[in-house]
Amino acid sequence: MRLTCPLCGPRDRREFYYYGAADYLDRPAADAAPEAWDAYLHLRDNIAGPVRDLWYHDQGCGSWLVVDRDTVSHEMLSVRAVAEDRA
Amino acid sequence: MRIEGKGLIDRSQTLGFRFDGVEHVGFEGDTLASALLASGQRLIGRSFKYHRPRGLVFAGSEEPNGLVTVRRDGAGVPNVRATMQELHQGLEADSQNRWPSLRFDAMQVNDLFAPFLGAGFYYKTFMWPRAFWEGLYEPLIRRAAGLGRLPQEPEVAPYEKVWAHCDLLVIGAGPAGIMAALTAARAGADVILADEDARPGGRLLAETHEVGGQPGPAWVAAAMAELRDLGVRVMPRTTVTGAYDDGTFGALERVALHLARPGDLPREAFWRIVARRAVLAAGAQERLIAFPGNDRPGVMAAGAVRAYLNRWGVAAGSRVAVFTNNDDGHRTARDLHAAGIEVTALIDARADARLDAPFQVLRGAKVLGTEGRLALKSVTVETDHGTRRVPADCLAVSGGWNPAVHLACHHGARPWWREEIAAFVPPHPGKPGTVPGLIPCGAAAGVFSTAGCLADGQRAGLEALAALDRAGEPAPLPEAEDAPVRVTPLWEVRGEGRAFLDMANDVTTKDVRLAATEGFTSVEHMKRYTTQGMALDQGRGSNVAALAVLAEATGQSVPATGTTTYRPPFTPVSIAAMGAGGRGKGFAPERLTTSHRAALDRLAPMIEAGLWYRPSHFPRTGEPTWKEACDREVATVRSRVGICDVSTLGKIDVQGPDAAAFLDFVYTNTMSTLSPGRVRYGLMLREDGMVMDDGTCARLGEGHFLITTTTAAAGQVMRHLDFVAQALRPDLDLRAISVTEAWAQFAVTGPKARRLLDGILDQPLDEMAFMACRDVQLHGVAARLFRISFSGEEGYEVAVPARYGNALYRDLVARAEAMGGCAYGMEALNVLRIEKGFLTHAELHGRTTAFDLGLQGLMSRKKDFIGRAASERPGLSGPDRQQLVGLKATGRGDAVLAGAHLFPQGAEPVPMNDLGYVTSACWSPTLGLSIGLGFLRDGRTRHGERLQLLDSLRGVDVTVEVTAPVFYDPDGVRMRG
Ligand SMILES: [Zn+2]
Repeated sequence: MRLTCPLCGPRDRREFYYYGAADYLDRPAADAAPEAWDAYLHLRDNIAGPVRDLWYHDQGCGSWLVVDRDTVSHEMLSVRAVAEDRA
Repeated sequence: MRIEGKGLIDRSQTLGFRFDGVEHVGFEGDTLASALLASGQRLIGRSFKYHRPRGLVFAGSEEPNGLVTVRRDGAGVPNVRATMQELHQGLEADSQNRWPSLRFDAMQVNDLFAPFLGAGFYYKTFMWPRAFWEGLYEPLIRRAAGLGRLPQEPEVAPYEKVWAHCDLLVIGAGPAGIMAALTAARAGADVILADEDARPGGRLLAETHEVGGQPGPAWVAAAMAELRDLGVRVMPRTTVTGAYDDGTFGALERVALHLARPGDLPREAFWRIVARRAVLAAGAQERLIAFPGNDRPGVMAAGAVRAYLNRWGVAAGSRVAVFTNNDDGHRTARDLHAAGIEVTALIDARADARLDAPFQVLRGAKVLGTEGRLALKSVTVETDHGTRRVPADCLAVSGGWNPAVHLACHHGARPWWREEIAAFVPPHPGKPGTVPGLIPCGAAAGVFSTAGCLADGQRAGLEALAALDRAGEPAPLPEAEDAPVRVTPLWEVRGEGRAFLDMANDVTTKDVRLAATEGFTSVEHMKRYTTQGMALDQGRGSNVAALAVLAEATGQSVPATGTTTYRPPFTPVSIAAMGAGGRGKGFAPERLTTSHRAALDRLAPMIEAGLWYRPSHFPRTGEPTWKEACDREVATVRSRVGICDVSTLGKIDVQGPDAAAFLDFVYTNTMSTLSPGRVRYGLMLREDGMVMDDGTCARLGEGHFLITTTTAAAGQVMRHLDFVAQALRPDLDLRAISVTEAWAQFAVTGPKARRLLDGILDQPLDEMAFMACRDVQLHGVAARLFRISFSGEEGYEVAVPARYGNALYRDLVARAEAMGGCAYGMEALNVLRIEKGFLTHAELHGRTTAFDLGLQGLMSRKKDFIGRAASERPGLSGPDRQQLVGLKATGRGDAVLAGAHLFPQGAEPVPMNDLGYVTSACWSPTLGLSIGLGFLRDGRTRHGERLQLLDSLRGVDVTVEVTAPVFYDPDGVRMRG
């Protein structure tokens, strides 16, 4: 498996740290209801098909990446830097 | 028997080898199989379950019977396929699964019990009593049914792993693969051509065909020369074993297995080849016909008999009969006859078979049985005119050919059935589950003539070029044989006696029918119930026939019955090759500090801390164990001065106008109020409210901080800071980077620490407040000095660029020793911090909150920070929580032990009564008793209580007293000094 880091180019999966669902990007407001925090921290879908998750280019540039891929076909749909998305 | 003038072997190079201790001679270019066959060795092994005598069937990696143990470096390597083992001088091989000898095998009595040993017999027979499973049945079955024996010693031979990238990977160097590689390489593509065989050419080596007016092998040689000139990486002895994601292919190269003196070459190399496009030209696999007695030594695949003849100059028999349902079987008969070998009969099951031949042709005829004890003597043939016996010491059988579709199906797609060639062919490209970018061609795609393969190989090469955006030119193709495929399916001849499908696992047609009768009608169930196709050869020569028998038994068509799932690997891959380099020190990288050499010079035993290696203690004469050294080192730090390398702590440099605001967000406490030149202890939470890590935060300048992490959490904290900066707070302007390796940092701690430092600093220290930091010069080198302490004594940490680490460490230790001080290791460091109640990841283990640790005062109420919302959840604070406490052993000689649990005195030791546990413990030489840190329910209100510390696994049962977690200098007078 390879990921194309927007900064470094196509790299082997071993260079990356896998975090989990991209839901983790959407941090609730500090005073949000406990349910919102519970959902943010604990509730994840277990999807067969297209997923969006977070990877970290640990052995590379240190970018956090949003990766769209398909857990059934193993197709890589897109890789974007979190920082670019948020800028 | 060798045939003069035939074969591609080098008869000037004789090679001596042994089989079952008997000396034989073969030639350069032989396999163990061809050399044994030439020596007249018909019997090569005993079968898996019934211990029936068996001989060679095939000439390639699909061989089910020819499994031998080869002696390598003094150890026996089991289950080596004799067909894949190239002959070399001094090769020693032994047959398997027989006792006491191959000709007389005591276990052949199993064969008499065959009626009771059919499909599912394990499930039916060894059901009860249950107590017999492990003690009796399993050892019994394992001893009786099993092939080679694994060596009992760990594998120490060298293996290698390799990565490669290319535009085009061509799998198989037969006519189709060579033509595909030529087409792509001529257009400038970067091509890898991998072939399982030691010699490229595929079936062209096994046939008498001409290509472009020259012998097949000569055309191959010329093509290989051109490929090498074009820069193609040709990889012989390399089986592509699996098609994985993103154009990655696994391939196993036999690097040194064919060499008499391999030197230090790896035995095998496992390749991961990343290819933008791939061409599957893996050829086809001949299939057999099942008939009673079809496993007798001497019954072989017709294409293999032809290969032994044409490639190795070996006659598989002196009187050969051929049994076929297709035209290809006729080729074997013709080649044998042309080589002067008697063809006793060509038995063609088709009523309309050609009759014109210089030997007897029996058409519309079938083989009903075989005769002979350890080798074939004759076959019984059923013809229109009744049954007759045909003398034969070899029967060459052809049931048609199966394209090698395996790799094309490795992503889950199923092959489809082409009626006109009676074979499964690769799934249509683009269908779900096909391998993206993989182009099947030639015999692997159901194109069986040489001319067809050459043309289809070129077509595949051009297709790959188009996908690679390269222009390719079709070149004129050489003239070659172009016979049509004529086959009438015949899977089984029914009659008296057992007809074998999977010879490696002793599966018969009767087993398959029994499976169907007992309800295992899906091909996947049949496979598992009968073990069809589950041996080393994965049923490559028998699976299609087995599912055809199943189809007949269930009244379905072959395509409706379908195939089982094709999974990697195509051929067995040794774990040693897949895991090459991962043994011993290769398992994980080593991180060494700049003082590593100096610590070894002082005979310090090293212990692992993550990937780091750190000294345990520094032994001196008269200190029989680590304990004496540790006690002395602790006492020395408390009374004089000690030196310790603390460079493994994570160091992260944070800079930018918003660095302070950023740190306020990641720490629970406030860092923006820190003055430049000051250091503050800080606590970080995970977003779920649990403690992630602790450390120090030094403000080096207005927008410049240096924070430390624990050794264990350095990577996690860096990742976390990057996440917060990039994902959660992109509004803040800062950069954070790990500088752990850039700086060597040493603790200088103890009452004489300041005096020692004054000796090396260019300017004397004067006053330096506790928790201050400053830039200093020592020996003319710019350095950083922090007044922080992890020992509880007056302490400093001095940091220099890593290149000065070795020199500074040696200098510091020498100066300390001159003052009565010493170097101290991890054991002493741990005792010093436990005496002070300082935390490590034994306490910050991921389930503790700031409240549990008594650090709730560090949770700012004035700002948001990571983990704040979650840490305010009910249940994460309060008297029900287990809180950090100190523990003292009360009895003389009693020891507090980490991992033991705390119970009320007199209470039954059951989970309901469990109050907590010990995380860290040590003998405190300073206090003269055993102490520990642990977590205790409502612990902060229980100081002074006595509890029972239990660990039934280690027999611990001692009374402890609960105390505050700081045992030594609780007010910090010595540290602040
Ligand atoms: Zn990167």
